[in-house]
Amino acid sequence: MTAKRIFGILAHRLAILGYLVFALFPLYWLVKVSVTPNKLLYSEGVRLWPSRMSLEHFAFVLKHSDFPIFFKNSLIVSGSTAIIVTVFASTAGYALSRFNFRGKYWIVALMLLTQMFPLVMLVAPIFKILSPLGLTNSLTGLVIVYTAFNVPFATFLMQSFFDGIPKDLEEAAMIDGATQFVAFRQIILPLTLPGIAATLGFVFTAAWSELLFSLMLISGNQAATFPVGLLSFVSKFSVDFGQMMAAGVMALVPACLFFLLIQRYLVQGLTAGAVKG
Amino acid sequence: MASIDISNIQKSYGIMPVLQGIDLEIQDGEFVVLVGPSGCGKSTLLRMIAGLEHVTDGEIRIDGRRVNELAPKDRDIAMVFQSYALYPHMSVAKNMSYSLRLRKVASDKIATIIAGAATKLGLGPLMERRPKALSGGQRQRVAMGRAIVREPKAFLFDEPLSNLDARLREQMRAEIKKLHKDLGATSIYVTHDQIEAMTLADRIVAMHGGSIQQVGRPLDLYDRPANLFVAGFIGSPGMNFFEGRVSVVGERSSLTLADGIVLPLPAATALQSGERATLGIRPEHVVLEPAAAGDIRARIDLIEPTGFGMILHLTLGTVSFKAFTLNRAYLQAGGDIGVRFPAEHSHLFDKDGQALNRP
Amino acid sequence: MALHAGGPDTYQGGHHGDRRPFRQRLADASAPYLYSAPALILIVTVMLVPLILGISYAFRDIQLLNPFSGGFIGLEHFKTLSQDQNFYRAFRNTLWWTGASVSLQFVFGLILALLLDKPFWGRAIVQALVFLPWAVPSFLAGLNWAWLFNPVVGPLPHWLFAMGIMAEPTNILSDPQLAMWGPIIANVWWGIPFFAITLLAALQAIPRDLYEAASIDGAGPVRRFLSITLPFLAPTIAITVLLRTVWVSNFADLIIVMTNGGPADRTQIVASYIFTQAFKRLDFGYASAIALVLLGLLIVYSMLIVVLRQWLLNKD
Repeated sequence: MTAKRIFGILAHRLAILGYLVFALFPLYWLVKVSVTPNKLLYSEGVRLWPSRMSLEHFAFVLKHSDFPIFFKNSLIVSGSTAIIVTVFASTAGYALSRFNFRGKYWIVALMLLTQMFPLVMLVAPIFKILSPLGLTNSLTGLVIVYTAFNVPFATFLMQSFFDGIPKDLEEAAMIDGATQFVAFRQIILPLTLPGIAATLGFVFTAAWSELLFSLMLISGNQAATFPVGLLSFVSKFSVDFGQMMAAGVMALVPACLFFLLIQRYLVQGLTAGAVKG
Repeated sequence: MASIDISNIQKSYGIMPVLQGIDLEIQDGEFVVLVGPSGCGKSTLLRMIAGLEHVTDGEIRIDGRRVNELAPKDRDIAMVFQSYALYPHMSVAKNMSYSLRLRKVASDKIATIIAGAATKLGLGPLMERRPKALSGGQRQRVAMGRAIVREPKAFLFDEPLSNLDARLREQMRAEIKKLHKDLGATSIYVTHDQIEAMTLADRIVAMHGGSIQQVGRPLDLYDRPANLFVAGFIGSPGMNFFEGRVSVVGERSSLTLADGIVLPLPAATALQSGERATLGIRPEHVVLEPAAAGDIRARIDLIEPTGFGMILHLTLGTVSFKAFTLNRAYLQAGGDIGVRFPAEHSHLFDKDGQALNRP
Repeated sequence: MALHAGGPDTYQGGHHGDRRPFRQRLADASAPYLYSAPALILIVTVMLVPLILGISYAFRDIQLLNPFSGGFIGLEHFKTLSQDQNFYRAFRNTLWWTGASVSLQFVFGLILALLLDKPFWGRAIVQALVFLPWAVPSFLAGLNWAWLFNPVVGPLPHWLFAMGIMAEPTNILSDPQLAMWGPIIANVWWGIPFFAITLLAALQAIPRDLYEAASIDGAGPVRRFLSITLPFLAPTIAITVLLRTVWVSNFADLIIVMTNGGPADRTQIVASYIFTQAFKRLDFGYASAIALVLLGLLIVYSMLIVVLRQWLLNKD
């Protein structure tokens, strides 16, 4: 019995270790190559850690490439998208959570529909619509498109957070002397802050990662986001692995930061997403 | 403090009527309990007084002023919720002072008021805690504290004790009663627990199916229930009912049950022979006698000792009923016993369930 | 956030008891519409209108570089499509890509969820770390794995060679027979956390006393898994697998980044084929026609699932 138990625990820990290695090794390798000097890159190909470290690739990428521009563009696009989506999703989610109104069913159905059809269908028509408006090759165009794509899921997410706040609290505040707006601001909003943070994080990460529409809509370097810039860099300088991976590490950092921020709400948020969208 | 007048209040959701024509006048300083089973409309009525539900038809006046169109915040009432509805992100002190801060009361004055309420409710050492760090009873006290600091025109209670365990419920019940005595504030209290209603109320409003069944002092409802619903709802264990047909022979009248058993009725009744009627008697009023002496014999199915007394589950013919006795005399399940229903404690209801006045 | 005064409950205006001023009643009734308007307007203009437009493109000749295009050509695109061998290959590839990715993601996700469901020291940090791949942007996940498979900087070919699995350390992404495994492995790495998180949430919702009751009744671990865990997880598994299947079949990012459909179109799936038609050849009409067919296939798939579910429900 005891031996069997110990064996079970050992197998459990080993399996966990296996998953950890599988999950982290690719990221580890990315970081490793990005700090390996060019001279050692080929001679020490499969060594787990280079005999000498250097930040030369990072320095090069920051000084002699367009990556700082890509980084800034991506920050602007993802940040604005996250903020606008969260504002729109909060009001829409509040309406879905707190009101019964005619047409609610159709709004939910429309939002579910947008989660079902392949977005790649929209690549051509959106390009055709945005092009005469001068919104191709522009960050504004990307923000509009990303905002629309992310609003439905974010609305369901915010709705589930509002649903978690008892209606009694609002009513108690209104009896205590608050208007509905004051009750929303002083009672509901502070309690939804984790939800707002999670929504911001989800949308930011989604916009930060989006590739297809940004490839389609952006052509010049000036408005390129990080994914587009990195891909064009890869096809142009496909031998500078150290620099590419240094750029990759830079793209990874904001996403990981947001991941740590929203990690706690991941289970709740994804479950809501899995059930509803 | 204020009076509350409710006249011909109606409420419907779509075509579903919830309240059909409620009339009620509540005096200044009175403690009124709305009691009834769930779904009877008592909570809806309370929430309409609070301004949380719109009035479909009729009028609510607080202190003579029509409030139908007023927002909750302008009605100057306080409410204690079943869930307590404490703000989770605020400390106890902040919870209690929220209404005062919204009314822009000076902060030194707030401090004095809060300190006073804290002492009154025994919350002194807990003032800086968050609600989630409190026990059920403490949360209940904070909810009360939040209501009293305002000195509102009226207190509304929506089943405030139903989330507490039995012992705590008894204790808080007494505290609410004491608080009402101290403050003398007009209070409306909603509960489905008839014991809370009996112990707390100046007047009970018994509700069923969206309308008022009877309004009166607690003992009036116990002694003279207006109909079968009130008779069955007030009192525990509940009143026994025997349904049958009346026969009048000269001065004497009696009730014949479905299986032929005949029960004597109080001498004078307005009922005619052949009419259907129901005889009601509370378990504590059933008189038990040795089997040989009684004129009606019942079988003992089950005995439940409560410590204070004993509840007997009895069968008369095919009808089950209960008796309560303080006597610990040796009784045995399965045996027979004689029972008598004293006329002075018998209630008689006509075929529509309305009580017939005893002479 | 602009909020107006008004109760949060439903109003049934128009009765004599309701003497609120007309303006206030209007504000109350329109509040939920005002709250949802910004989101709705965006969804309609940026998603619904293009969707309808895209459907119309499928019947028109729209080529971005040809100013004379734009005419209505009926079912011409669909005729071309019915003879397009590349499309059929892309369709077969889609089945292979979706089937392999989703089943591997599910199996490894379920195992991970079961492992994490047991308490152990350091579980919180382990959980955060194994879920980390989910946060990696998909293009970066693709690039990262492409590099790992690249014998110049990546260790994988050398390890496979050392273990005797490969004859020489080459890049599997340029081997037509094996290339699809590259994006699939990247997809599994990237998608395991999603399944694990969802299933873990469902696992933690199973009442613990059920397991205790089963143990008292004499059920061993395998028995408990089969008679308690699986039935409880079944609804979550069903819905997650279904939705993920649709999602993964449309997920072209990894393929476009890692192989761009190559070598010799061996990794082209329908979604990446549509993107290539629109992005590289700028033939919007043909791209939209394929997209419409894909939408049709997805609808058929969803209907089949609904029918299957009904049939299973009725059987019980």
